[in-house]
Amino acid sequence: MYVAVKGGEKAIRNAHQLLTKRRRGDTGVPALTLDQIAEQLAISVARVMGEGSLYDEQLAALAIKQARGDLIEAAFLIRAYRTTLPRFGYSQPIDTGKMLVERRISATYKDLPGGQLLGPTFDYSHRLLDFALAAEADGEIEAPVRRTPIDEPMPRVTDLLDDEGLMEADPVSAEDAPVGDLTREPLSFPADRDLRLQNLARGDEGFLLSLAYSSQRGYGRTHPFTGEIRYGAVEVEFFAEELGFAVSLGTIKVTECQMVNQFQGTAKSSPKFTRGYGLVFGQVERKAMAMSMVDRALRWEELGEEQVAPVQDTEFVMSHSDNIQATGFVEHLKLPHYVDFQAELELVRRMRGEWFAAREAEEKASRNQKEAAE
Amino acid sequence: MTAQQKPLDEGEYNFAYLDEQTKRMIRRAILKGIAVPGYQVPFASREMPMPYGWGTGGVQVTASILGADDCLKVIDQGSDDTTNAVAIRGFFEKTAGVETTFETSKASIIQTRHRIPEKDLREDQIIVFQVPIPEPLRFLEPRETETRKMHALEEYGLMHVKLYEDIAKNGHIATTYAYPVLVNNRYVMDPSPTPKFDNPKIDKMAALQLYGAGREKRIYAIPPYTEVKSLDFEDYPFEVQKFDKPCGLCGAENVYLDEVILDDKGGRMFVCSDSDYCEERREAGHLGPMAADPNAMTLAGGTSDQHSEEPAR
Repeated sequence: MYVAVKGGEKAIRNAHQLLTKRRRGDTGVPALTLDQIAEQLAISVARVMGEGSLYDEQLAALAIKQARGDLIEAAFLIRAYRTTLPRFGYSQPIDTGKMLVERRISATYKDLPGGQLLGPTFDYSHRLLDFALAAEADGEIEAPVRRTPIDEPMPRVTDLLDDEGLMEADPVSAEDAPVGDLTREPLSFPADRDLRLQNLARGDEGFLLSLAYSSQRGYGRTHPFTGEIRYGAVEVEFFAEELGFAVSLGTIKVTECQMVNQFQGTAKSSPKFTRGYGLVFGQVERKAMAMSMVDRALRWEELGEEQVAPVQDTEFVMSHSDNIQATGFVEHLKLPHYVDFQAELELVRRMRGEWFAAREAEEKASRNQKEAAE
Repeated sequence: MTAQQKPLDEGEYNFAYLDEQTKRMIRRAILKGIAVPGYQVPFASREMPMPYGWGTGGVQVTASILGADDCLKVIDQGSDDTTNAVAIRGFFEKTAGVETTFETSKASIIQTRHRIPEKDLREDQIIVFQVPIPEPLRFLEPRETETRKMHALEEYGLMHVKLYEDIAKNGHIATTYAYPVLVNNRYVMDPSPTPKFDNPKIDKMAALQLYGAGREKRIYAIPPYTEVKSLDFEDYPFEVQKFDKPCGLCGAENVYLDEVILDDKGGRMFVCSDSDYCEERREAGHLGPMAADPNAMTLAGGTSDQHSEEPAR
């Protein structure tokens, strides 16, 4: 028993060797290739890139393979790798208005410039297991009919309005305003929206989903409408000081969600539609939507709303959204704690002794009292 | 980077893993911590290749102060061969190639979780603590914004009320580990979850004490010979745990003991939590009352494959 607690180097080595074997599984089954993971488990890959906060499909695929499909473990591998990378600088802000759009929907307008484009989606599919997939053969898949590319620009829905002032405008910040980076500076509160959005973009999908859901069920209601969701490729540019102009580093695929929220106005702000913003790597639509709802809820102070619900609590949300931190601390309970447990054993023994002694004394006293009364 | 290009090998990482810029940033936080004893200095904690909550704060502090001539000892629960101590020692052997040891007196840096060695530390040694929750007021007030204010205003009434309520309810203070201390008569500090038995050791300790909390992104320090007082009341003075029996293996008294269950019939023995201390005493010929017990023999015989040898460099 004691030996089991005090594991030696040998035990660790053997355990890891066994893990290697279990990870591979039956060697009669072909090993997964990274391309297979990147191509066929694209949404897992996107989630790992987002929560690991490093855009590299092949590395994310490797992490998923190494982690046996445990996506939080995979994101952790990516984070630990990312932290060792040198930082050359910050890219130019991406322009999602110039996105090569693969999907774009709006729930607030029936039609809008650029049109609605359903794209690849699970929406409206019947969630019936497709048994044909179980025996899917390699080979051609019938080409889908796609919209003929049009030259019409596809402006973001929030840029469409408005001469009426119905819709909250994009916040304008000074060109040289510093942007916070919580991977370089420790987080402190109150945190501004740049840091909040960075935190949410790296945050756990499940955590944000539940928080967003709670706001729909009355815990800090924000009346959201999906103004727009768009998914596609955008160019990333880096301003090269030596050249004096921005050069393209390549393209990344992102999902952007603009949530539009009814707002009745407060002393601080007139009635209008306000907005929440979500942006994630890949087609992780659920998280982009949840992120935009949580972002909107966290803006209560600036809009002069009341704080009534967990989803509005910046410190609570930001301190607990990171699943790498959360999983580490929850799982550290597996580490030996017998020194502290020993200290507690001594205390509980003592407290039990006192409790039983007190009870006995009480019983004795009540017996004596009874006898005296008789 | 594509997957065909292999990611960095362990050998390609910088000495002790962290890059020099990061180490410099951490050393600045450490220096600030030393200048303001007991104050929690925020620092830009990095993601490490081990999980948060498993010693990333201590590892970052150690990595930042480690030099090529250092000799490192890593303990967890007082012992060198608990799994996580083995893993962290292995990490530094691999990334820094420094000499490691089990011997307290030989080490120049000791990284620890939950214990302080029984043997007095010297001026030329540094002890690095792994800290899960650096904020001593956290379980009284969950908000960082509030607790920072309380420290700034030296507003520790809440803590005293908590200790008072303990006494009112139980007749004594019901905190057995992570027992709060007052450092240099200014900051209330969490000494990390060491049992309160170890609190007297951090008072006027000759060695420099560094505390690292990776997940919570805080570093704090106690310079050598700083006054550290465990919080108490005049009529309820601070007391440490006392064990009725000596160590079953080496007979040591006034040391912290682990309770080991020997069978399912209530058989148990108490042994030194500091395994190096226990072993040294046994080598010097001290024997405890249980040393001849066959169950105890397996314990004394060691459980690691290199228990009695010096670990390889």
